[in-house]
Amino acid sequence: MTVRLRLPRRVFAAATAGALALSLAACGGTTKDSAESSGDKAASGKTANPNAPMEKGLKLAFLPKQVNNPYMKIVDDSGIAAAKGFEAEAKEVGPSDASASSQVSYINTLIQQQHDAIMISANDPNAVCGPLKQAMQQDIAIVAYDSDTAPECRDVFIKQASSEDIARTQVEMLAEQIDSKGKFAILSATANATNQNAWIELMKKELEKPEYAEMELVKVAYGDDDDQKSFQQTQGLLQAYPDLKGIIAPTTVGIAAAARYIDGSEYKGKVAVTGLGTPNQMRQFIKNKTVEEFALWDPKQLGYLAAYAGGALASGQITGKEGEVLKAGDLGERTIQPNGEIILGPPTKFNADNIDEFQF
Amino acid sequence: MTSDARSISGAAGRFVRWETAITALLVAVFVGGIGVSPDFGNSGNLSFALRDLSEIALIALPMTLLVVCGQVDLSVASVLGLCSALTGKLWDGGMSIEAIIPIVLAVGLVCGLINGFLVTKLGLPSLAVTIGTMTLYRGLAYVTLGTGAVSQFPSTYTDMTLNNVPGTPIPYPIALFAVLAVATGVVLHATGIGRSLFAIGAQEDAAYFAGIRVKRIKLVLFAVSGVVAALAGIIYTLRYGSARADNGLGLELTVIAAVLLGGIDFDGGKGTLGGVIAAVLVIGLLRNLLMLNDVSTETQSIVTGLLLIISVLTPRLIAVFREAQGRRRGARPATPAASS
Repeated sequence: MTVRLRLPRRVFAAATAGALALSLAACGGTTKDSAESSGDKAASGKTANPNAPMEKGLKLAFLPKQVNNPYMKIVDDSGIAAAKGFEAEAKEVGPSDASASSQVSYINTLIQQQHDAIMISANDPNAVCGPLKQAMQQDIAIVAYDSDTAPECRDVFIKQASSEDIARTQVEMLAEQIDSKGKFAILSATANATNQNAWIELMKKELEKPEYAEMELVKVAYGDDDDQKSFQQTQGLLQAYPDLKGIIAPTTVGIAAAARYIDGSEYKGKVAVTGLGTPNQMRQFIKNKTVEEFALWDPKQLGYLAAYAGGALASGQITGKEGEVLKAGDLGERTIQPNGEIILGPPTKFNADNIDEFQF
Repeated sequence: MTSDARSISGAAGRFVRWETAITALLVAVFVGGIGVSPDFGNSGNLSFALRDLSEIALIALPMTLLVVCGQVDLSVASVLGLCSALTGKLWDGGMSIEAIIPIVLAVGLVCGLINGFLVTKLGLPSLAVTIGTMTLYRGLAYVTLGTGAVSQFPSTYTDMTLNNVPGTPIPYPIALFAVLAVATGVVLHATGIGRSLFAIGAQEDAAYFAGIRVKRIKLVLFAVSGVVAALAGIIYTLRYGSARADNGLGLELTVIAAVLLGGIDFDGGKGTLGGVIAAVLVIGLLRNLLMLNDVSTETQSIVTGLLLIISVLTPRLIAVFREAQGRRRGARPATPAASS
């Protein structure tokens, strides 16, 4: 009936030692520098047959960053409709949270259900890589859309627009709105946002063209993709440069905040705001003429193109190599760029004439 | 002393049934799964379902010991995240995985010891302490790595977490789990330490006066919990090939759900490790099965939530029922320890 006791100290020591021993069991000394990256494509050696017919009854699945995200829902619904158009069966599955690992179980499920193609918008380019490679080994076509995976884990990536086009479109829109004359500023997200900075550099290059000689970029401000901060930055810009003619905000948070500030200030109608925004955020500012025109890609076209890419890969029309041509129904043809990228096209411009056609 | 011993054996006797019930549920899910979904029963899928449970299963082992002695560690998932972030940071800094592993495990040990000290030295309730350290460790994870990710781990190591033991459908992390589970089972059910844990959980004061070094044992358990969470952090990082500060977010709740579903009384003192292992498998296979049938994530969480409520409620109802039955028969009502 007595409870035997041992020295817990011993247990403690044993546990620690055991854990350490376990960790040292693997010998060697691989470091980041000595490790070689395995960049081999799982699905290589296949040849494309551009004349192959689109197979009927393909099983396609969209795996968004998270379900119940309004933007992703539009993309996926449009893709599902497009798949129906070429007699494929498509569905959307996905996690309710956008965490790095949450998509992994879904990829396994889609492998088990023997889908022909998976269209994925990756939460983490690498966390999904292992299972995606497994899927590719089982002849499942992988299309990344909207947000890329590591290149070796997918066949193609549907990119919203090329950086050059995004930069060019924004400069173009502003030039039109201010008659290519005067000072303007850029209201960006964070100072180290990779895509924003790439666009800003390309915008500067674009501004070297002779037709923009009278336009002057006076400042790049950062609103950190925070509504309040972007609002204050807009205010600051207008105080610092009273003769400012326009603001380009290549971020959906920034453009809405800038438009809101201009809308409620004496600058309404005098200072142009343009950039990248979503129609739902910007509708009121278009309607009350604070903003004339802004741009973004059309999410419906993005889903449409992703579905066609999945179908074409699964039917053997393309394999994802540079130079192959994807036939994408109503969208026409797209040539595959280096690194398996397929570019949707120039951004879609939204203005008073067309904004009510877009709900996202 | 005698009264305590009787209540423990009585509790154990009662929970053999719970364990049987959860094992029956496991069999039902397995057999039903094969019937419902043609893709469920193949070894590839089952291997995946097991591998997907790696970290939950590992962390459930020390968690079982903690809950048996009336404690809980809510900081495990944050320790996992911190250790994942640290693994990424050190790897990015050019350190080898062999050098990183002991450092990371040591950090897990420190995290566990901090929990243990706060609980034992300051006498704070573990629920409150580990809610605090949960936030603290997750914050440290973000300080370590920010919101970015470190990847590009060498395939030799990622394969270790992705491949099966040759010739079997058992993934390596699950094989490691099996070894640790046997060790934990022996400690809990076949040694004096295990009996001490049950005694502490049932009646901490009585255990103390019986000469059990309550504080020391608790401290060790929290330390072990930290080390195992760190180990899970390394496995998680390599398995997904992605070190991030937000890795394993919310995982502690699944672990605790498994422990409770496995029949460990949240007040301590009762339960078996076998029940917990069966419960971990039930949760994993059920999730896998629901996914294969395209059941949405929201509905999945409803199913797990209901299972959990049933698992917490049923023993209480049985206890109440028995007490009422006992009174009707005029027998002596159960001791407070046994009915709690």
